[in-house]
Amino acid sequence: MYLDPTVSRSVKILVVGHFGVGKTTCIGSISEIEPLQTEEEITEASEGFDDLSGTPEKTTTTVAMDFGRLTLSDTLVLYLFGTPGQERFKEMWEGLARGALGALVVVDPERLHESFPVLDLVEQFGLTCAIGVNRFDGTPDYPLDEVREALNVSEQTPVVHCDVRDQDSSAQALITLVQHLMTRLGQP
Amino acid sequence: MREDPDGELELTSALVPLFVIAKGRALPAENEYEHTTLVTARDDTSAAARTLSPEARTVMDLIADGFLSVAEVSGYTRLPLGIVRILLAQMAEDGLIFVRNPAPRAEQVDRELLNAVLDGLKTRFGA
Repeated sequence: MYLDPTVSRSVKILVVGHFGVGKTTCIGSISEIEPLQTEEEITEASEGFDDLSGTPEKTTTTVAMDFGRLTLSDTLVLYLFGTPGQERFKEMWEGLARGALGALVVVDPERLHESFPVLDLVEQFGLTCAIGVNRFDGTPDYPLDEVREALNVSEQTPVVHCDVRDQDSSAQALITLVQHLMTRLGQP
Repeated sequence: MREDPDGELELTSALVPLFVIAKGRALPAENEYEHTTLVTARDDTSAAARTLSPEARTVMDLIADGFLSVAEVSGYTRLPLGIVRILLAQMAEDGLIFVRNPAPRAEQVDRELLNAVLDGLKTRFGA
Protein backbone atom coordinates (compact mmCIF):
# COMPACT_ATOMS: atom_id res chain seq x y z
CA MET A 1 0.00 0.00 0.00
CA TYR A 2 2.67 2.51 0.98
CA LEU A 3 5.38 3.81 -1.26
CA ASP A 4 8.92 2.70 -0.57
CA PRO A 5 10.42 5.26 1.80
CA THR A 6 13.16 5.96 -0.74
CA VAL A 7 10.66 7.24 -3.30
CA SER A 8 11.23 10.96 -3.46
CA ARG A 9 9.85 11.96 -6.85
CA SER A 10 6.41 11.56 -8.35
CA VAL A 11 5.34 12.11 -11.93
CA LYS A 12 1.99 11.75 -13.66
CA ILE A 13 0.68 10.87 -17.05
CA LEU A 14 -2.94 11.41 -18.03
CA VAL A 15 -4.88 8.62 -19.70
CA VAL A 16 -7.61 10.49 -21.50
CA GLY A 17 -10.53 9.57 -23.70
CA HIS A 18 -14.27 9.75 -24.05
CA PHE A 19 -16.72 7.89 -21.84
CA GLY A 20 -16.44 4.11 -22.11
CA VAL A 21 -13.33 4.06 -24.28
CA GLY A 22 -11.32 1.99 -21.81
CA LYS A 23 -9.33 4.48 -19.71
CA THR A 24 -9.95 2.67 -16.45
CA THR A 25 -9.24 -0.73 -17.99
CA CYS A 26 -5.96 0.62 -19.32
CA ILE A 27 -4.97 1.99 -15.92
CA GLY A 28 -6.05 -1.23 -14.20
CA SER A 29 -3.94 -3.35 -16.52
CA ILE A 30 -0.70 -1.60 -15.53
CA SER A 31 -1.31 -0.23 -12.02
CA GLU A 32 0.39 -1.90 -9.06
CA ILE A 33 -2.55 -0.99 -6.81
CA GLU A 34 -6.24 -1.59 -7.36
CA PRO A 35 -7.30 1.58 -9.18
CA LEU A 36 -8.69 4.14 -6.74
CA GLN A 37 -11.04 7.05 -7.23
CA THR A 38 -10.87 10.65 -6.19
CA GLU A 39 -14.00 12.70 -5.98
CA GLU A 40 -13.66 16.21 -7.24
CA GLU A 41 -16.15 19.02 -7.39
CA ILE A 42 -16.60 21.02 -10.53
CA THR A 43 -18.98 23.85 -11.29
CA GLU A 44 -20.75 23.96 -14.57
CA ALA A 45 -23.43 25.85 -16.37
CA SER A 46 -26.18 23.31 -16.38
CA GLU A 47 -28.18 24.75 -19.24
CA GLY A 48 -27.87 22.79 -22.42
CA PHE A 49 -26.78 19.53 -20.87
CA ASP A 50 -29.42 16.88 -21.24
CA ASP A 51 -28.41 14.96 -18.13
CA LEU A 52 -29.11 17.88 -15.84
CA SER A 53 -32.41 19.43 -14.93
CA GLY A 54 -32.01 22.42 -17.21
CA THR A 55 -31.86 25.19 -14.65
CA PRO A 56 -29.70 27.97 -16.02
CA GLU A 57 -27.65 28.54 -12.85
CA LYS A 58 -24.26 27.06 -12.31
CA THR A 59 -24.34 23.85 -10.38
CA THR A 60 -21.73 21.87 -8.55
CA THR A 61 -21.19 18.32 -9.70
CA THR A 62 -19.01 15.66 -8.23
CA VAL A 63 -16.84 13.83 -10.70
CA ALA A 64 -15.16 10.58 -9.77
CA MET A 65 -11.82 9.98 -11.38
CA ASP A 66 -9.90 6.72 -11.50
CA PHE A 67 -6.19 6.53 -11.05
CA GLY A 68 -3.43 3.99 -10.63
CA ARG A 69 0.17 3.83 -9.48
CA LEU A 70 3.38 2.36 -10.78
CA THR A 71 6.66 2.48 -8.86
CA LEU A 72 9.36 2.88 -11.49
CA SER A 73 12.51 2.78 -9.38
CA ASP A 74 13.76 3.16 -5.81
CA THR A 75 13.19 6.87 -6.07
CA LEU A 76 10.48 7.43 -8.66
CA VAL A 77 6.74 6.76 -8.81
CA LEU A 78 4.36 7.28 -11.72
CA TYR A 79 0.66 8.01 -11.29
CA LEU A 80 -1.81 7.46 -14.12
CA PHE A 81 -4.97 9.53 -14.06
CA GLY A 82 -7.99 8.59 -16.12
CA THR A 83 -9.36 11.92 -17.18
CA PRO A 84 -12.76 12.31 -18.81
CA GLY A 85 -12.61 14.16 -22.08
CA GLN A 86 -15.79 16.19 -22.16
CA GLU A 87 -15.39 19.94 -22.37
CA ARG A 88 -17.44 20.37 -19.21
CA PHE A 89 -14.72 18.67 -17.20
CA LYS A 90 -12.20 21.30 -18.24
CA GLU A 91 -11.98 22.61 -14.70
CA MET A 92 -10.59 19.28 -13.55
CA TRP A 93 -8.01 19.33 -16.30
CA GLU A 94 -6.55 22.56 -14.87
CA GLY A 95 -5.21 20.74 -11.85
CA LEU A 96 -4.41 17.49 -13.60
CA ALA A 97 -2.60 18.87 -16.61
CA ARG A 98 -0.31 20.96 -14.43
CA GLY A 99 2.92 19.04 -14.15
CA ALA A 100 1.74 16.11 -16.25
CA LEU A 101 4.47 14.63 -18.45
CA GLY A 102 1.98 14.03 -21.24
CA ALA A 103 -1.22 12.26 -22.21
CA LEU A 104 -2.07 8.88 -23.64
CA VAL A 105 -5.23 9.42 -25.68
CA VAL A 106 -7.27 6.22 -25.91
CA VAL A 107 -9.55 6.15 -28.95
CA ASP A 108 -12.20 3.78 -30.24
CA PRO A 109 -11.61 3.33 -34.00
CA GLU A 110 -15.34 2.97 -34.60
CA ARG A 111 -16.21 6.16 -32.73
CA LEU A 112 -13.34 8.44 -33.65
CA HIS A 113 -15.52 11.55 -33.77
CA GLU A 114 -16.09 11.22 -30.03
CA SER A 115 -12.39 11.79 -29.51
CA PHE A 116 -12.40 15.29 -31.02
CA PRO A 117 -13.34 17.09 -27.77
CA VAL A 118 -10.63 15.09 -26.00
CA LEU A 119 -7.96 16.04 -28.51
CA ASP A 120 -9.14 19.62 -28.29
CA LEU A 121 -8.53 19.67 -24.52
CA VAL A 122 -5.13 18.03 -24.96
CA GLU A 123 -4.27 20.85 -27.36
CA GLN A 124 -5.69 23.57 -25.12
CA PHE A 125 -3.60 22.44 -22.18
CA GLY A 126 -0.48 22.07 -24.30
CA LEU A 127 -0.01 18.40 -23.50
CA THR A 128 2.20 16.22 -25.66
CA CYS A 129 0.32 13.05 -26.49
CA ALA A 130 0.39 9.66 -28.14
CA ILE A 131 -2.74 8.00 -29.54
CA GLY A 132 -3.60 4.47 -28.43
CA VAL A 133 -6.14 2.88 -30.76
CA ASN A 134 -8.04 0.46 -28.56
CA ARG A 135 -8.73 -2.99 -29.85
CA PHE A 136 -12.24 -4.19 -29.16
CA ASP A 137 -13.42 -7.78 -29.48
CA GLY A 138 -14.57 -8.65 -32.96
CA THR A 139 -13.31 -5.51 -34.64
CA PRO A 140 -10.50 -5.58 -37.14
CA ASP A 141 -7.29 -3.63 -36.60
CA TYR A 142 -7.89 -0.35 -38.31
CA PRO A 143 -5.01 0.92 -40.44
CA LEU A 144 -3.20 3.44 -38.25
CA ASP A 145 -2.72 5.85 -41.14
CA GLU A 146 -6.48 6.08 -41.57
CA VAL A 147 -6.95 6.73 -37.88
CA ARG A 148 -4.32 9.44 -37.95
CA GLU A 149 -5.96 11.07 -40.91
CA ALA A 150 -9.43 10.88 -39.40
CA LEU A 151 -8.21 12.40 -36.14
CA ASN A 152 -6.16 15.01 -37.96
CA VAL A 153 -3.19 14.74 -35.60
CA SER A 154 0.31 15.82 -36.57
CA GLU A 155 2.78 13.57 -38.37
CA GLN A 156 4.97 13.54 -35.27
CA THR A 157 2.29 12.27 -32.91
CA PRO A 158 2.64 8.50 -32.45
CA VAL A 159 -0.47 6.45 -33.25
CA VAL A 160 -0.29 2.85 -32.01
CA HIS A 161 -2.58 -0.10 -31.49
CA CYS A 162 -3.30 -0.67 -27.83
CA ASP A 163 -5.34 -3.46 -26.27
CA VAL A 164 -6.14 -1.76 -22.97
CA ARG A 165 -6.94 -5.09 -21.29
CA ASP A 166 -3.44 -6.31 -21.93
CA GLN A 167 -0.66 -5.21 -19.60
CA ASP A 168 2.14 -5.39 -22.16
CA SER A 169 0.11 -3.63 -24.82
CA SER A 170 -0.86 -0.80 -22.46
CA ALA A 171 2.72 -0.54 -21.20
CA GLN A 172 4.03 -0.39 -24.76
CA ALA A 173 1.69 2.50 -25.52
CA LEU A 174 3.03 4.35 -22.47
CA ILE A 175 6.60 3.63 -23.53
CA THR A 176 5.81 5.03 -26.97
CA LEU A 177 4.49 8.19 -25.32
CA VAL A 178 7.58 8.64 -23.15
CA GLN A 179 9.89 8.07 -26.13
CA HIS A 180 7.91 10.70 -27.99
CA LEU A 181 8.27 13.09 -25.04
CA MET A 182 12.02 12.66 -25.25
CA THR A 183 12.10 13.59 -28.93
CA ARG A 184 10.12 16.71 -28.05
CA LEU A 185 12.66 17.94 -25.48
CA GLY A 186 14.01 21.31 -26.41
CA GLN A 187 11.41 21.84 -29.10
CA PRO A 188 8.79 24.57 -28.73
CA MET B 1 -20.42 10.51 -12.21
CA ARG B 2 -23.93 11.40 -11.14
CA GLU B 3 -25.95 8.69 -9.53
CA ASP B 4 -29.71 8.64 -9.75
CA PRO B 5 -31.04 11.25 -7.30
CA ASP B 6 -32.19 8.78 -4.65
CA GLY B 7 -28.99 6.79 -4.75
CA GLU B 8 -26.95 9.93 -4.53
CA LEU B 9 -28.66 11.09 -1.35
CA GLU B 10 -28.31 7.75 0.25
CA LEU B 11 -24.75 7.10 -0.79
CA THR B 12 -22.94 10.37 -0.60
CA SER B 13 -24.74 12.84 1.63
CA ALA B 14 -22.37 13.37 4.52
CA LEU B 15 -23.53 13.43 8.13
CA VAL B 16 -21.21 16.36 8.63
CA PRO B 17 -21.31 19.11 5.99
CA LEU B 18 -18.04 19.52 4.13
CA PHE B 19 -17.53 23.11 5.27
CA VAL B 20 -17.61 21.88 8.86
CA ILE B 21 -14.95 19.27 8.14
CA ALA B 22 -12.89 21.98 6.49
CA LYS B 23 -13.62 24.32 9.42
CA GLY B 24 -14.42 27.02 6.91
CA ARG B 25 -10.86 27.09 5.58
CA ALA B 26 -10.23 27.85 1.94
CA LEU B 27 -8.42 25.61 -0.50
CA PRO B 28 -4.64 25.87 -0.52
CA ALA B 29 -2.94 27.40 -3.56
CA GLU B 30 -3.44 25.43 -6.76
CA ASN B 31 0.12 24.20 -6.89
CA GLU B 32 0.10 22.95 -3.31
CA TYR B 33 -1.07 19.51 -2.27
CA GLU B 34 -1.59 18.39 -5.84
CA HIS B 35 -2.77 14.90 -6.74
CA THR B 36 0.78 13.58 -6.81
CA THR B 37 2.20 15.39 -3.79
CA LEU B 38 3.44 12.73 -1.34
CA VAL B 39 2.63 12.95 2.35
CA THR B 40 3.32 10.99 5.53
CA ALA B 41 2.73 11.61 9.22
CA ARG B 42 5.62 12.61 11.45
CA ASP B 43 6.31 10.26 14.33
CA ASP B 44 6.54 12.73 17.15
CA THR B 45 3.13 14.33 16.96
CA SER B 46 0.94 12.54 19.49
CA ALA B 47 0.27 15.64 21.59
CA ALA B 48 -0.76 17.88 18.71
CA ALA B 49 -2.66 15.09 16.99
CA ARG B 50 -4.98 14.65 19.95
CA THR B 51 -6.97 17.73 19.03
CA LEU B 52 -7.62 16.70 15.43
CA SER B 53 -11.07 16.43 13.93
CA PRO B 54 -12.25 12.87 13.18
CA GLU B 55 -11.56 13.35 9.48
CA ALA B 56 -8.07 14.70 10.06
CA ARG B 57 -7.47 11.82 12.46
CA THR B 58 -8.54 9.38 9.72
CA VAL B 59 -6.03 10.96 7.36
CA MET B 60 -3.28 10.88 10.00
CA ASP B 61 -3.93 7.20 10.73
CA LEU B 62 -3.83 6.38 7.03
CA ILE B 63 -0.47 8.03 6.45
CA ALA B 64 1.06 6.99 9.77
CA ASP B 65 3.17 4.20 8.30
CA GLY B 66 4.44 5.55 5.03
CA PHE B 67 4.14 7.92 2.11
CA LEU B 68 1.02 8.09 -0.04
CA SER B 69 -0.01 10.60 -2.69
CA VAL B 70 -2.73 13.14 -1.96
CA ALA B 71 -4.89 11.33 -4.54
CA GLU B 72 -4.47 8.04 -2.67
CA VAL B 73 -5.41 9.71 0.62
CA SER B 74 -8.60 10.90 -1.05
CA GLY B 75 -9.21 7.48 -2.60
CA TYR B 76 -8.73 5.45 0.59
CA THR B 77 -10.58 7.84 2.94
CA ARG B 78 -13.31 8.55 0.38
CA LEU B 79 -13.05 12.20 1.34
CA PRO B 80 -13.34 14.62 -1.59
CA LEU B 81 -9.99 15.76 -2.90
CA GLY B 82 -10.65 19.39 -1.95
CA ILE B 83 -11.29 18.46 1.67
CA VAL B 84 -8.16 16.31 1.80
CA ARG B 85 -6.10 19.20 0.46
CA ILE B 86 -7.48 21.58 3.09
CA LEU B 87 -6.88 19.10 5.90
CA LEU B 88 -3.32 18.38 4.76
CA ALA B 89 -2.48 22.07 4.48
CA GLN B 90 -3.59 22.59 8.06
CA MET B 91 -1.73 19.50 9.25
CA ALA B 92 1.45 20.69 7.55
CA GLU B 93 1.04 24.08 9.23
CA ASP B 94 0.72 22.31 12.57
CA GLY B 95 3.90 20.35 11.87
CA LEU B 96 2.15 16.99 11.75
CA ILE B 97 3.24 15.74 8.32
CA PHE B 98 6.15 15.57 5.93
CA VAL B 99 5.46 16.68 2.36
CA ARG B 100 7.32 15.75 -0.82
CA ASN B 101 6.33 17.86 -3.80
CA PRO B 102 6.00 16.30 -7.26
CA ALA B 103 8.58 16.64 -10.00
CA PRO B 104 8.52 20.08 -11.64
CA ARG B 105 6.08 21.12 -14.30
CA ALA B 106 6.20 19.67 -17.76
CA GLU B 107 8.06 22.52 -19.41
CA GLN B 108 10.96 21.97 -17.06
CA VAL B 109 11.08 18.22 -17.43
CA ASP B 110 14.59 17.15 -18.29
CA ARG B 111 16.06 14.25 -20.17
CA GLU B 112 17.27 12.65 -16.99
CA LEU B 113 13.75 12.42 -15.57
CA LEU B 114 12.23 11.07 -18.80
CA ASN B 115 15.05 8.56 -19.05
CA ALA B 116 14.27 7.38 -15.52
CA VAL B 117 10.58 7.01 -16.45
CA LEU B 118 11.43 5.13 -19.64
CA ASP B 119 13.93 2.83 -17.93
CA GLY B 120 11.43 2.14 -15.16
CA LEU B 121 8.70 1.18 -17.63
CA LYS B 122 11.03 -1.03 -19.62
CA THR B 123 12.29 -2.75 -16.48
CA ARG B 124 8.78 -3.33 -15.15
CA PHE B 125 7.37 -4.67 -18.38
CA GLY B 126 10.42 -6.24 -19.98
CA ALA B 127 9.93 -4.21 -23.14
